[in-house]
Amino acid sequence: MEPGEIHALLGENGAGKSTLMNVLYGLYQPDEGEILVDDKPLKLRGPSDAIAAGIGMVHQHFMLVPVFTVAENIALGAEQVRGGVGGFLDRRRARREVADVSARYNLRVDPDAIVEDLPVGIQQRVEIVKALTRDVDLLILDEPTAVLTPQETEELLTVMRSLKAAGKSIVFITHKLGEVKAIADRITVIRRGKTVGTASPEASRDELAALMVGRSVRLTVDKKTAAPGRPVLEVAGLVVDDDRQVRAVDGVDLTVHAGEVLGVAGVQGNGQTELIEAIMGLRPALAGTVTLDGAQTHGWSTKKVLRAGVGYVPEDRSVDGLVKEFTVAENLVLDIYDRPPFGKGLALRPDAIATSAKERIEQFDVRTSSADAPVGTLSGGNQQKVIVARELSRPLKLLIAAQPTRGVDVGSIEFIHSQVIHERDAGTAVMVVSSELDEVIGLADRIAVMYRGRIIGIVGPDTPREEIGLLMAGITPDSGTTGTPAVTESAAPAPEGPGSEDKA
Amino acid sequence: MAVENVAVAPVDQGFWTRTRKVGAVLVALGLLGAVLFGALATDQQARFTLSEDSAGAALEINGTVGAILFGLVALAAGAAMLAGLPKRWFTLVLGVGLVGFLLSFLCWQVSAAPTGQNFMPLVNVLRGTFVLALPLIFGALAGVLCERSGVVNVAIEGQLLMGAFSGALFGSISGSVWVGLVAAAIGGAFISLLLAVFAIRYLVDQVVMGIVLNLLAVGVTGFLYERLMQTDAESYNSAPRFSNWEIPLLSDIPLLGPVLFRGNIFLYLGLLLVLVIHIALFRTRWGLRTRAVGEHPTAADTLGVKVLRLRYLNVVLAGVVAGIGGASYTLALYSFTKNMIGGKGFIALAALIFGRWSPTGALLAALFFGFADQLATYLSAINSTIPSQFLAMLPYLATILAVAGLVGRVRAPAADGKPYIKG
Repeated sequence: MEPGEIHALLGENGAGKSTLMNVLYGLYQPDEGEILVDDKPLKLRGPSDAIAAGIGMVHQHFMLVPVFTVAENIALGAEQVRGGVGGFLDRRRARREVADVSARYNLRVDPDAIVEDLPVGIQQRVEIVKALTRDVDLLILDEPTAVLTPQETEELLTVMRSLKAAGKSIVFITHKLGEVKAIADRITVIRRGKTVGTASPEASRDELAALMVGRSVRLTVDKKTAAPGRPVLEVAGLVVDDDRQVRAVDGVDLTVHAGEVLGVAGVQGNGQTELIEAIMGLRPALAGTVTLDGAQTHGWSTKKVLRAGVGYVPEDRSVDGLVKEFTVAENLVLDIYDRPPFGKGLALRPDAIATSAKERIEQFDVRTSSADAPVGTLSGGNQQKVIVARELSRPLKLLIAAQPTRGVDVGSIEFIHSQVIHERDAGTAVMVVSSELDEVIGLADRIAVMYRGRIIGIVGPDTPREEIGLLMAGITPDSGTTGTPAVTESAAPAPEGPGSEDKA
Repeated sequence: MAVENVAVAPVDQGFWTRTRKVGAVLVALGLLGAVLFGALATDQQARFTLSEDSAGAALEINGTVGAILFGLVALAAGAAMLAGLPKRWFTLVLGVGLVGFLLSFLCWQVSAAPTGQNFMPLVNVLRGTFVLALPLIFGALAGVLCERSGVVNVAIEGQLLMGAFSGALFGSISGSVWVGLVAAAIGGAFISLLLAVFAIRYLVDQVVMGIVLNLLAVGVTGFLYERLMQTDAESYNSAPRFSNWEIPLLSDIPLLGPVLFRGNIFLYLGLLLVLVIHIALFRTRWGLRTRAVGEHPTAADTLGVKVLRLRYLNVVLAGVVAGIGGASYTLALYSFTKNMIGGKGFIALAALIFGRWSPTGALLAALFFGFADQLATYLSAINSTIPSQFLAMLPYLATILAVAGLVGRVRAPAADGKPYIKG
């Protein structure tokens, strides 16, 4: 890092950007390696060391106490006190300090406002002011634009430019290419915990996208041409909010036919998770319809959706897919433990469960010491196979697989892919969501690209990956593609928030 | 200030806003007072005596007139709320309405008492209120200290009991009230320290740990009481007692003087602590950090606040306060007996919640509970037709209503009960 530089750290979610920065801020301790400041190694035992070394951080999830005033939040940890031992807060001075910094960097905040009453953009400004009152030289902004509206993002970029002019260095973490190109002096791309390249802001968007998404795993999946049948899943005008009540899915229409694989590509965090959860009945849909084999699923419980013949491989197997403390056999019947032959009345049938577990362990090549081993002791790939085995053991109409091979070894990837294709050939409609572009290209018969809560385009699998990369970055091609372009969004590369027009 | 600032959700609630709902309840209470209590009251005078004997100065009102009049006051307060009262008047009008209802009830009860007993000695009732509220005040303050920093304190009962026991034991052995007081503080702090170590260091569920510690305190003190105190009460269970200190001049104020300024050290200490903790919590660096740690420990940590150390400190301080509260029994009123706290620690917990985790709120809640308790005693003394058990139930009914959100939204510190794990 150079003084007065804006350095962008670009990478997918889970690539290790935030972890790296948390180490830099002293929150996590490094296992190996060292941090150099002015050529001297720096040992950080905690955030106070980092603050003392002139490092400030604005976290992705704000570190503000919601019920405190702005001045209280800024004063916390570095309180101005008078009255000696008593340590009475000098509120007037705290307020004045806020006012000073606000004026100097043109960051307007009301010191007496309660933080939870403030809009997100202002809360972020409070965070920046908080760091600035501590005289930092290096400011880390962790995904600062993830929660901002386009206008707020513009304001933030202006603020960053003025900080740069004041000689502060900024590390700007993001996965949004447009912003990086707009503001960064230098770009480092991180994937799976490793630096995979550096670039200048002149680099084109698809170069950056390619670096981010990577082409490390070249996958070829043997498959026949698909024979699409009747539509099984129809999604129309679906609108879903994420946990923060920010619009995540903003009017998605898509159809999955029997006997085809629809791949959903896109940089993570563009609404894929929320889309799937809404289809599965795990998250309320605010508008739009989901039709499963002719029946509207509005108001259905997740259990009812599953019983209607939907298989679901969730994107985070350790949280949503498995009960780690349960045995392999138990995990294999989590969905149908209460149905014959596994359960009768109030009782489980351990014999039937054990027999079926043995069969499926063999059939799906799950490497485990026994069916009674806790599933948490298995490797990631084998855990994933347990989930796939469970979901594919029911007669399915629709299979939804989210990140089906994340953190899975190459051998298991091939096996899981072949199972997915096998299911397709049996006439099941399949929807695969993955942030690995190669996986989507390898499996899908049609590829829908999601960007900012919308399907920005639907293309065929033989579309050049550069073109798909552009779509993932939010750029729609001018020329026609081999697929069916369902593009309605403007082709302008300016960063536009999902649902920006819905916001007052 | 954190608690006072709890905002009512700005969603459109239609006609039935919270103010209107409370107003409707007050109107119903007012009608009950004016009609039912008015009908049941007799034509005897209802006397509220201001001095300590029945003959002295008193406020008097005809029973029927009083019951109807005060019932109408409550009715009017409710009607004002229904008519759409500005929010800043809410607390005041609510207070007027509730007091009106209470007075209507008292006019009925006092006037219906046998002739010659138709008076209520206000001084005695209020003094009794403070006596009964005192352990609750200490207990609830212990809860405030603990829970504001994010550790749930269900062990108040155990802290009070251990304080009472240590105070009695070491006060007796040394023959000094002061040694007893210090020992009580250490006894309470000991239970607290156990809570802190298991809750903060070993991440044991805080509620479960609190209950276990209460049982431990009952067991240990009960055992030692039987083995030590019962066999030789002379040397182990006859602690000296703090006498009452009359404060010159102030103690001569009518009504307030005898109630507030002729008490023992614990009364003064309790009231002082409410003030000190309130100011410290909202005006000092320690208070700001404590509240931050109780609301959002990660944020505090990123700013260099030592989360765990602060929690240890506060939990142990809570034990000191509760221990002194326990000594208010054994170093002023009674000898130690087995399980003598008898659930007061849990009522203190209710006072903490009713008082919305603020020291002054806890004081008011403790006084309310103490008053209800004292009122029940008084009413049974004048042969009231109302079963005293029914009255004894009312404070807890009020707590349930308060927790259910009728008396404003109750919000605990956000990180209360959640262990903080770094990284």
